[in-house]
Amino acid sequence: MQVNTMAEMMMNGETPDILFWVGCAGSFDQRAQKITKAFATILDKVGYKFAILGKEEVCTGDPARRAGNEFLFQMMAYQNIQILNGYGIKKIVTTCPHCFNTLKNEYPELGGNYEVIHHTSLLQQLIDEGKIKMKEAGSFKGKKISYHDSCYLGRANNIYEAPRKVLEALDAELVEMKRCRKNGLCCGAGGAQMFKEDEPGDKRINIERTDEALATGAGIIAAACPFCNTMMSDGVKNREKENEVAVLDIAEMIVESMV
Amino acid sequence: MHYLPQIAFLLLSGVAVWLFSKKAGDIRRNILLGKDEDLSDNPALRWRNLILLALGQKKMFNNPLVAIMHFIIYSGFIIINIEVLEIVLDGLLGTHRLFAPHLGGLYNVLINSFEILATGVLVVCIIFLVRRNILKLKRFLSKDLNGWPRSDANYILITEIILMGLFLKMNAMDQVLQARGAEHYYVTGHFVISSLLSPFFENFSTNALISLERTAWWLHIAGIFAFLNYLPYSKHLHILLAFPNAYYARLEVPGKIKNMPAVQNEVLYAMQPELAPTDATPPARFGAKDVFDLSWKNLLDAYSCTECGRCSTACPANSTGKLLSPRKIMMATRDRLEEVGKNINANKEFKEDGKSLLHDYISVEELRACTTCNACVEECPVSISPLEIIVELRRSLIMEESNAPQEWNGTFSNIENNFAPWKFSPDDRDAWVRQ
Repeated sequence: MQVNTMAEMMMNGETPDILFWVGCAGSFDQRAQKITKAFATILDKVGYKFAILGKEEVCTGDPARRAGNEFLFQMMAYQNIQILNGYGIKKIVTTCPHCFNTLKNEYPELGGNYEVIHHTSLLQQLIDEGKIKMKEAGSFKGKKISYHDSCYLGRANNIYEAPRKVLEALDAELVEMKRCRKNGLCCGAGGAQMFKEDEPGDKRINIERTDEALATGAGIIAAACPFCNTMMSDGVKNREKENEVAVLDIAEMIVESMV
Repeated sequence: MHYLPQIAFLLLSGVAVWLFSKKAGDIRRNILLGKDEDLSDNPALRWRNLILLALGQKKMFNNPLVAIMHFIIYSGFIIINIEVLEIVLDGLLGTHRLFAPHLGGLYNVLINSFEILATGVLVVCIIFLVRRNILKLKRFLSKDLNGWPRSDANYILITEIILMGLFLKMNAMDQVLQARGAEHYYVTGHFVISSLLSPFFENFSTNALISLERTAWWLHIAGIFAFLNYLPYSKHLHILLAFPNAYYARLEVPGKIKNMPAVQNEVLYAMQPELAPTDATPPARFGAKDVFDLSWKNLLDAYSCTECGRCSTACPANSTGKLLSPRKIMMATRDRLEEVGKNINANKEFKEDGKSLLHDYISVEELRACTTCNACVEECPVSISPLEIIVELRRSLIMEESNAPQEWNGTFSNIENNFAPWKFSPDDRDAWVRQ
């Protein structure tokens, strides 16, 4: 698979249909890199002309802003907006709900106006348009799957149905956790918690959420956020269930099931 | 002598309204101590929120049984106030059941519906007392409510039970007096609920009944005036402030955090010095250390909070035993604001007291536990955002005090130098392509 950067595209006088914002987790975290590759493969397979920023992409500033470091956030936002506007980017897709939220909701008043879409919404569109076709007997057919709502997709941006619609296309059995959709429980990573230990308490938040997911009896916990993915995977390991329960991103499940 | 009760009533109601207005004025002044923020855009959507969220109590219906019970108390409160209008006019004019001769059969229908509602309110208040004090509901057992807040909730319910009881008792005695043809007691027809109580009063003499009926009448209206003046000191203030709070609720998607144009400009001028105006002055303070640094909407939020604790039940940090409780954030903000208000009343203007919302009322550990997941914001039936206050206080911690946990300092320095929260080489950002 050929993945071009914006710089390469410019040099060849090409314009991509969409910019794939990979994000820091998607770029560096070994687990999240698999999600990145899966999604890039899907884009490639359906014939989407996409580009990445490559080395020119920097953190959106989401964790810095939420921790309270507005200066750092503004510095990152300034750099990204300069680059994005410089390339005349119109449309962005991202596999990270945090990047999605910041690019979509927080950059416009700083001068960065783009059409931003989360990968689960794009996957739903591609399925609806018939561009993604599922195998007759996909590996998830009839499997019990529980979808964990990411806070920054759900409550923050009111996206609850797209990821579920995509999962329905797998012909799997969807089971909901006790707290789902707008009542969904956080995985514990948001607000820059990902980068520090939990404050003292009775239980880690990711364990609490993992227990809820395990209680559904699902063999697969579906996530749509690289941070949720890490938190839930850690939770499953902590409960010593990693041989029975897999934590997968929706893109990984689609790439495995599409024709 | 004939006018004595009217004069007494005029004095009573005058003092009650004056005291209430004075306190309401103080609360308004306290709220306006907050920073200015324009929330007047999109009035159509704001009215819609007011009607759906405040008037219609939309979010309460996430739990339909509790919502219906709460709705009974609420509609009882509003509708029975029509009866209070008659009571006040009677008190001022020296009349009795002023509306009865003018409304004919409708009067009977009205009083009967008030009685049914009053009974509903009474029953629900008893159920709510049981829920609060006997059933072990976690959010009512929480240490957030230790002391005054827990008593406050019970006082409200008990007062409502007493007021409704007096209303029914008053009508019951009125029925007996009407039947005996006592002077001034206009015949109104049968009252469904209070007539059940009438047998208890049959054996009293007419004079004794009249004084008992008058006593119940005076206690009832005096109780209402007292309750009016209790409101501003209580969580019960939500019955008034839920309306403006729903109207001024933030309309943007919950995921968006409020921008800081001052910081945005500082960064811009650092990157493009040619844009910097010569007279640019940095803001006095970054984020919020005290109530003065919050938006007036955050302060209105604090006064609108009825301490129900739905936010804290939904909070991932609170429900896993962390110190953070969004409800406590709101209660602490109101407590600090009240303290500032008293300070202003005593000294004509705010006299530095060496305290602040941050540290003295809300600790670092609480602030550090928030995942910014918006569960508290989603949950609040009266459109409060504890998250906005948490983020503003975090901003002060980081930007004013450089107070961050070690791990976050590492994260910040990685973002600044390596452009990612982890210490990877920026050159490897696209390494996944080649793997």
